[in-house]
Amino acid sequence: MSNSGILRSSLAKKYVMALSGLFLCLFLLGHLVGNLQLFNTSAEGQLAFNEYAHFMTTFPLVKLLSYLTYAAVLFHVVDGIALTMQNRKARPTGYVKEKGSANASWSSRNMGILGTIILVFLVSHMQNFWYVMHFGPIGESDGLKDLHTVVMTFFGPENGLAGLAVAGYVLAQFALGFHLIHGFQSGFQSLGLRHSKYSPLIERAGLLFGIGVPTLFASIPVYLFFIQL
Amino acid sequence: MNLTLKVWRQNGPEVKGHMDTHALEGVSPDMSFLEMMDMLNDQIIRAGGEPVAFDHDCREGICGMCSMFINGEAHGPGRGVTTCQLHMRSFNDGDTIAIEPWRAQAFPVIKDLTVDRSAFDRVIQAGGYISVNTSGNTIDANAIPVPKEQADDAFSAATCIGCGACVASCKNASAMLFVSAKVSQFALLPQGQPERESRVQRMVEQMDKEGFGNCTNTGACAVECPKGIDLSNIARMNRDFMSATVKSKK
Ligand code: HEM
Ligand code: SF4
Ligand code: FES
Repeated sequence: MSNSGILRSSLAKKYVMALSGLFLCLFLLGHLVGNLQLFNTSAEGQLAFNEYAHFMTTFPLVKLLSYLTYAAVLFHVVDGIALTMQNRKARPTGYVKEKGSANASWSSRNMGILGTIILVFLVSHMQNFWYVMHFGPIGESDGLKDLHTVVMTFFGPENGLAGLAVAGYVLAQFALGFHLIHGFQSGFQSLGLRHSKYSPLIERAGLLFGIGVPTLFASIPVYLFFIQL
Repeated sequence: MNLTLKVWRQNGPEVKGHMDTHALEGVSPDMSFLEMMDMLNDQIIRAGGEPVAFDHDCREGICGMCSMFINGEAHGPGRGVTTCQLHMRSFNDGDTIAIEPWRAQAFPVIKDLTVDRSAFDRVIQAGGYISVNTSGNTIDANAIPVPKEQADDAFSAATCIGCGACVASCKNASAMLFVSAKVSQFALLPQGQPERESRVQRMVEQMDKEGFGNCTNTGACAVECPKGIDLSNIARMNRDFMSATVKSKK
């Protein structure tokens, strides 16, 4: 594996893309479970969510997982840019007439654009919540950092741009959905995990994941926005 | 049928090309696409012009030469056919048809619609063979039992005619379908085992060197492939390359 030629190969790049992408799918599942607690806006819900946020930012094993997640995002983005740039170079002169829709899905042809939308969302999302949780300013409740209120306020009437924030969130989830509908099964294919018996199942699971996860994510800010109107 | 043809004209590899428009009248729906091109060239020559250069040989779907990107698709709108197997009945009277060469860094245009596909040859030279002693004591291939299903898959992979429609159709100009078919036809048979790992490494390395793009698994290649080469070949190559890379001593 020390041979740099091998690590630079197109297939190795795809393994990195697939492993980081599929790891991020697991991350999304974990993140979603945490976020769904926000549907409980009572005082107990607030405490439970803040305890959860405290645990997620301090428990050593979770910390390790979070570093893995940062690494996965970094690898996925850098590798994605490298692949996309190489792919452009492989066809310097384009077709005058090209019918891309005749033989490939829209998602599969737009992974770079979809990924870029996700990246923009990710940066603003981390600025709004991750940064505030880690570096403040943030209030306290029951001796814990009150992330619950930060979220409620962000999607509530006190934020003049809450409507825009919800719209941006929903748009990003659409991008994530299309990214996953192609990406989930594509990751398995890149790793060589294809089988006539199991691949149709993987494809269906990817469709379910790609529609279900973003829809549930998006439903939270929409809910928080409307109950506070 | 009366048609308007927009054809790519380019005098040589280094010069700029452009789309030329020709009106062609009285085309029979029973003509193959190449016969229609012959008719066009006849018209051009009679008018004192330079005929359109295009590749063709067998005209029965087995040589893979007839590379043409027709109306935005490799080999035109048909499925499982080469350009020579495409017939004018697939089009309508009054249609405008765009005809372009394969577009890829690794397939430079020679003239008009002809491109240089020797990159494929170099990929094959890098490992698309088995080394056997042919000095008179060769063993009959059928002497080694091969499970029927395995033999069928190897045969399917071996039907690839090296036309390059996969590269032409791929948004990344990736050669994964072609290379994986050529890797698979040996990987599936006992005779291919001794060189299985070094073969996939050498062929992938050559593929990358030629400047083909990476695979995004869009599947466009398999849809446009005239021989129905399957994406499972790409998965097999991904698997083989991974295990070869992990196991190799270098
Ligand atoms: C949580 C967020 C994300 C998840 C779960 C995810 C997941 C995936 C998966 C599973 C794949 C398929 C890998 C393969 O084909 O082998 C993929 C591909 C891709 N992703 Fe992401 N991704 C995410 C974010 C991003 C971001 C932020 C970018 C920004 C650059 C990005 C860019 C790409 C690109 C360009 C591809 C296609 C690569 C190719 O050409 O094969 N993704 N993603
Ligand atoms: S895989 Fe199909 S499209 Fe590609 S070169 Fe072989 S026959 Fe042509
Ligand atoms: S001319 Fe031989 S395949 Fe078309």
